[in-house]
Amino acid sequence: MNSSGSVGVVAAQTAHFSEPLTLRSGAVLPAYDLVYETYGTLNASCDNAVLVCHALSGSHHVAGTYANQPKSVGWWDNLVGPGKPLDTNKFFVIGVNNLGGCYGSTGPTSINPATGKPWGADFPFVTVEDWVEAQARLADRLGIKRFAAVVGGSLGGMQALHWTLAYPERVAHAAIIAAAPKLSAQNIAFNEVARQAIKSDPQFHGGHYYEHGVVPVNGLKLARMVGHITYLSDDAMAEKFGRKLRHGEHKYHWDVEFEIESYLRYQGDKFAGYFDANTYLLATKALDYFDPAFNYNGDLAAALARAKANFFVASFSTDWRFSPERSRELVFALIRNGLKVSYAELESTAGHDSFLLDDPQYHAVLRAWFDGIEV
Amino acid sequence: MQTQQRFDFEVIARWVSPGETVLDLGCGDGSLLAFLRDTRGVKGYGVEADPERVVACVRNDVNVLQIDMEKGLADFQNAQFDHVIMSLSLQAVHHTEKILDEMLRVGREAVVSFPNFGYWKHRQAILNGRMPVSESLPFEWYDTPNVRFFTIADFEALCEARGIRILERAAFDDDKPVIEEPNFLASMAMYRLAR
Repeated sequence: MNSSGSVGVVAAQTAHFSEPLTLRSGAVLPAYDLVYETYGTLNASCDNAVLVCHALSGSHHVAGTYANQPKSVGWWDNLVGPGKPLDTNKFFVIGVNNLGGCYGSTGPTSINPATGKPWGADFPFVTVEDWVEAQARLADRLGIKRFAAVVGGSLGGMQALHWTLAYPERVAHAAIIAAAPKLSAQNIAFNEVARQAIKSDPQFHGGHYYEHGVVPVNGLKLARMVGHITYLSDDAMAEKFGRKLRHGEHKYHWDVEFEIESYLRYQGDKFAGYFDANTYLLATKALDYFDPAFNYNGDLAAALARAKANFFVASFSTDWRFSPERSRELVFALIRNGLKVSYAELESTAGHDSFLLDDPQYHAVLRAWFDGIEV
Repeated sequence: MQTQQRFDFEVIARWVSPGETVLDLGCGDGSLLAFLRDTRGVKGYGVEADPERVVACVRNDVNVLQIDMEKGLADFQNAQFDHVIMSLSLQAVHHTEKILDEMLRVGREAVVSFPNFGYWKHRQAILNGRMPVSESLPFEWYDTPNVRFFTIADFEALCEARGIRILERAAFDDDKPVIEEPNFLASMAMYRLAR
């Protein structure tokens, strides 16, 4: 067995589902594909499976690399692998691209069977609840009755939380990291700015840009730039860029003066080069809608009464997008239900993005938590 | 320290009923909660600020909350726990009155233990012109985590003034129970408190 390294070369698989899926919105997806990856081996009793749920722009590619693409490292590769905190020598780890995504699962770029053209803006709204339902069907397909753990950061954490409510018997442990039980008005406001940036791009064409052979790159770039600001902390930006100048002097032009401008433009361009604008719109809406307490008059503790899992919740000190206060709300609602929960409030300078990094204290506590899961 | 802690644990285990829910403030590596879970079937949560101890709690399969108890227990509800415990930590808390009030709001009863600064060996050290360093106060004055220095008599006066009822007291000289003159002869005291 590998002791502490990469899961190595991986390949995605596709599962086709022909049973219609009724979505929260009432719309029905007649059939769909889910693209997923797995790492490690499902044991004979099928009780060592861990589902890793992705965030806004993530994918099923959680760990490892694709053949002949050494730079294609999975987004949580520092956590998942042999000898790593989420140890693939022990666990069978699954990453799934969510519905509405742009990495192979059925989404706006897929062909709408009713029209023979890409869904585009006609792709139905998808919610965290819908994603969990689709993931559960994939689990059925893979023979997994009960997950040893469901894990996620940010929007992925919301999916992990919903799993414990939708399928309390199917989740032994849940790790909810840098997430929140619902978005704040400020969170929704940032999402709306991102959406308006995309929708106001002349290349957007009401979401049917594929037919025009164009992509609303400027809108998507702007959306990502706004998002990126909220993922970093003031401290992290100050430390990384400060007021560093590109040319060492003021040029009095509109081109890059300050390094932070260059960084944001680069991040925006890079993202707009591979991500789908309609997927981005849908994922921000899924974030906005998520609110398990909505049908309980805002009483989160009442909403969580169904849960049975053993929880781990973590937040990061400089995360202002999903601040520690939001995680504590969740923790105290879990405690009110007498549920098992541990909560780590980690010192970090990196803001919301901290959940993707490998801070030693963060990984130490996750490692301890995963080690304690009996399979 | 180890034997004293074990002794501390056994008294606390006698004061809690089987199956209770407890909150342990400053729970360290979670060994008290693990002990109460294993011996009394207690369901509990620990509060601990130190990241390495938080990891130790998780390794001990103890529920731990990394929150700053000095910022208050406001997120806990009234009478949410049967007992709120603070073992050998009260002397390291700045807002003594506030934390005692909060413990008795969140818990039906509170259990606190602390090193007695009035212990005769400590008095002797002061008489000799030096701050006490002992098994129960193992720190030099310049590196102690302790911020409040008080005796059994001081603590009982505070309880009286704050309307806190002392239900039970246990005092020890290391691991030996002390009945007579505890403020002079005991190095450590434990209390079961209520409103």
